[in-house]
Amino acid sequence: MQTVKMVVTGPFSAGKTEFIRSVSEIDVVSTERKVSSIQEKAIKEATTVAMDFGRITVDDDLVLYLFGTPGQRRFDFMWEILSEGMLGFVVMVDSTRPETFREARSILETFRAYAPTPYVVAANKQDLKDAWEVEDMRHALRLDSKVKLVACTATDRDSVKTILLELLYSILNEMENGGK
Amino acid sequence: MALRGNLRDFNITQLLNLVNLANKTGTLVVEGPSETAKIAFRDGKLAYAEIGNEDGSLASILHHTRKLSSGQYKSIRQGAAHISDKELGLLLINAGYLSQEDILTNLQQHFTDIVQRMFTWVEGVFHFENDLLPPDDRISVRMDLENLIIEGSRQMREWEQLQDEIPSLDMALKFTDRPGTNLRNINLSVEEWRVVSYINPRNSMRQIASATKMNDLEIRRIIYSLLQAGLVEVTRQTGAVPQPPSVRVFPSDNKEEQKSLVNRLINRIRSL
Repeated sequence: MQTVKMVVTGPFSAGKTEFIRSVSEIDVVSTERKVSSIQEKAIKEATTVAMDFGRITVDDDLVLYLFGTPGQRRFDFMWEILSEGMLGFVVMVDSTRPETFREARSILETFRAYAPTPYVVAANKQDLKDAWEVEDMRHALRLDSKVKLVACTATDRDSVKTILLELLYSILNEMENGGK
Repeated sequence: MALRGNLRDFNITQLLNLVNLANKTGTLVVEGPSETAKIAFRDGKLAYAEIGNEDGSLASILHHTRKLSSGQYKSIRQGAAHISDKELGLLLINAGYLSQEDILTNLQQHFTDIVQRMFTWVEGVFHFENDLLPPDDRISVRMDLENLIIEGSRQMREWEQLQDEIPSLDMALKFTDRPGTNLRNINLSVEEWRVVSYINPRNSMRQIASATKMNDLEIRRIIYSLLQAGLVEVTRQTGAVPQPPSVRVFPSDNKEEQKSLVNRLINRIRSL
């Protein structure tokens, strides 16, 4: 069985969980659980991190895993671990909260430094009335015109599919053009 | 009487118990699987510990526990390399960066961590050097051994139990094929997520342990929790030749195969 990985990142509450949940064939992980006695003792002082983990089975031989990074900044040391070996990544941005744009940009730059893989920026919550126009967000996020900034509604499966497809097209394009 | 022997016959917990009961002063030197540890005691209390070639200086310990930033640590190494830990400690306290309690707590935790690492050592030569005290330039503490002994006994029992559950680390893991099973209501620790990112039938548990710098006990503990949660199952390692644990972007290096894989992904996403 072959496995490949994509990472979904972005500021806290940008919509990462909903994004993965829209397409994952398994329920997205989070919240407390009862643990066995051995585990209780083993992790009694460990920090727990609610991260998102989704899966799409492609065929008998291939599975795509979607990893959502922790939203809280204090867990940013997990980002590098999660970014290892990824095909590409999606940066979710909450279009209704411009106060998060700076952080989104910072996250984007951090991930670009980790790995030279293709990425897409998803302008999420475009269905809400307070959402910024996508092109206004491009300016606010200081994104080059070549960067894919795509409108998104993370609770809508077709919208999420569009984002993933745009990322895959970028990956294919890079392979065909030799990374130019 | 010379206190010397092998951990096969007398484990760390038993040694600590002996030191505690006999109120010994001196240093226990243990040559473990890959490194040597030295634990100093004064009147049966833990005073100091160091292991291998690790930098056990106060600055290094405080940097590791994030009490000192990287910049501060670098400044100290460059500008105050010649002063002792005691002098450094006083400087930090007088400058208001840390309290005495902070420093002692961090040192105690560091020494405790070293001793706890040794609990998984089942083989190694030890001897006790009477009256050998910690280096003069280091700060000693005074820690009761009872809690460490209790923790050591608990870890031994846990170790035996985990070895029964996961006898071999040369098998691999794969994610369960039962979508939705137990995947709700799970909160994974940072270390569990680190292991999850390596799960692939090509990677044996031993290789994952090596890549994540975990010892046998730590990796068994985490894998046991993932098994209990129904996230993974044990499987035979695939691939004729064991490879270093890989977190590769593509399973194959062949460009055409890579393109084919991406096209398969595209088709699958379209069909959702």
